[in-house]
Amino acid sequence: MNILEISYLISSVTFILGLKMLSNPESARKGNLIAAAGMTLAIFTTIFLYESPAGKPLGNYVWIFGGIAVGTLAGVVAAKKVQMTAMPQMVSLFNGLGALCVAIISFLEYLHFPDEQFSDSFNVRLLIILAGLVIGSVSFSGSIIAYGKLEGKIKDFHFPFHQFINLVFLLIILIMLIIPVAGISHDLSFLFIITFLSIVYGLFFVFPIGGADMPVVISLLNSFTGIAAALGGFLYDNQVMLTGGILVGSSGTILTILMCKAMNRSLWNVVIGTWNASAVSSGAKTTTGSIKEISIQDTAVLMSYSKSVVIVPGYGLAVAQAQHTCKELEQLLEEKGVEVKYAIHPVAGRMPGHMNVLLAEADVSYDKLLEMDEINPEFVKTDVVLILGANDVVNPAALTDPSSPIYGMPILEVINAKNIIVNKRSMSAGYAGIDNELFYNDKTKMLFGDSKKVLGQLVNEIKTL
Amino acid sequence: MIENIINFLSSNIDAIYIIILSIFLGIEVISKVPSILHTPLMSGANAIHGVVIIGAIIVMGLADSNDIVSLILGFLAVVFGTLNVVGGFVVTDRMLEMFKKKK
Repeated sequence: MNILEISYLISSVTFILGLKMLSNPESARKGNLIAAAGMTLAIFTTIFLYESPAGKPLGNYVWIFGGIAVGTLAGVVAAKKVQMTAMPQMVSLFNGLGALCVAIISFLEYLHFPDEQFSDSFNVRLLIILAGLVIGSVSFSGSIIAYGKLEGKIKDFHFPFHQFINLVFLLIILIMLIIPVAGISHDLSFLFIITFLSIVYGLFFVFPIGGADMPVVISLLNSFTGIAAALGGFLYDNQVMLTGGILVGSSGTILTILMCKAMNRSLWNVVIGTWNASAVSSGAKTTTGSIKEISIQDTAVLMSYSKSVVIVPGYGLAVAQAQHTCKELEQLLEEKGVEVKYAIHPVAGRMPGHMNVLLAEADVSYDKLLEMDEINPEFVKTDVVLILGANDVVNPAALTDPSSPIYGMPILEVINAKNIIVNKRSMSAGYAGIDNELFYNDKTKMLFGDSKKVLGQLVNEIKTL
Repeated sequence: MIENIINFLSSNIDAIYIIILSIFLGIEVISKVPSILHTPLMSGANAIHGVVIIGAIIVMGLADSNDIVSLILGFLAVVFGTLNVVGGFVVTDRMLEMFKKKK
């Protein structure tokens, strides 16, 4: 038992160290491995050394090792096979499974709750079990919806009065929860009703939230699962579950808030979802003017003979899997003596940092990726800005038009550059569903088509120059 | 009711200390992270809450070998928990591997 407690202490320290190291690019990978080592230690010492309060050691080894083997195999295969562009939904899926794990444990604990311990007064232990069940179930079903939305399998789904309906749901769940906790009745049916309602609540909670906000939702649900895990720690008087869970719960909450800040939005706003509702109806200032197209040949000439080019990658580049072709273009231009940099908006791609991961996959050098604050003053000196499938993050309305739903969001000020070339598949609006006056600017030329195809043609064209 | 809560708190005072300190620690540890690391960090934190696997192992290991419901549900909990832990750490490592090469 003593060895087990010491191993839990070591594991807790590795979690703290791991998280700390994960927040620095130099040490991040090592931090992840350290936390993983701590986790392995905690798992195996639990299996062999844990004894129940009554002094009973664990049994059913075949089942335990069978489960771990199946989970490990499936986990490694899934994590290795997933495309880099699909990382965010993979994280959401894993989060949902962890949450489901908590929900199942809590469900079983309620089933096994000894009859004589149901008291007629407030029962804190029962409250913890049921809270774990509710949070785990909500996080599970919510994560699955978030996964589906990022996969493009589930569309945004609005229903009238959704905020009101969600509130009523939450209230009913609370009442259902109080009845057994206060000892009024401990009929098994409450267990089933609470489980069912919590799963439905999770669905309704995520359904109306726009796809662009999914990263924030995933991060939020991630911290929910952390809290649920900590509740489990309380249940088993298990320090490592407690520290691990609470650490993720609190750091996850902070991370969620940081992500919101990067988009200049409040968490409240995301959860209630006013953005999407108002963006469609208010339909910011209609933009007038005509757009100008540019041919591949002209683009090739323009870029090859400029001094500095800044590439602004957006989700369009990620979907088209064009990061490798983009790297090829960068190399060609550099050989011709053009200075090439990348401007990365904090929320470029589907998740903060997502674009960095994608470009790193294509071997783009780390120091060529400039964050918004570094690159913004440089646009004045830039000859050509090439925008690849980005839209809202370069929309000048965020700076100039108070009626725009994205007003106040920090953007990449590409409008200061000498030439702007925008690659898009079509003239459709960006994720926020609003028009972009940048496209009608005198300095802007449109280059329509799939990013990968267009970049490929551009590369060939520059080679022949 | 109040009495029950106070009893609970005082008999679990160690855990309460752990919780409160961990909350502050979690906030402190993360607050200076650059935005490029948001995704890997979230993924890493995701793997860490996979520590629920320990709860699943305990439920599984203490289940009566005739209790089919507990065995099946416990088994599923172990599988899902393992998926969370293993998948989470491997995905995070894959993301970070790409940063590493450039240094």
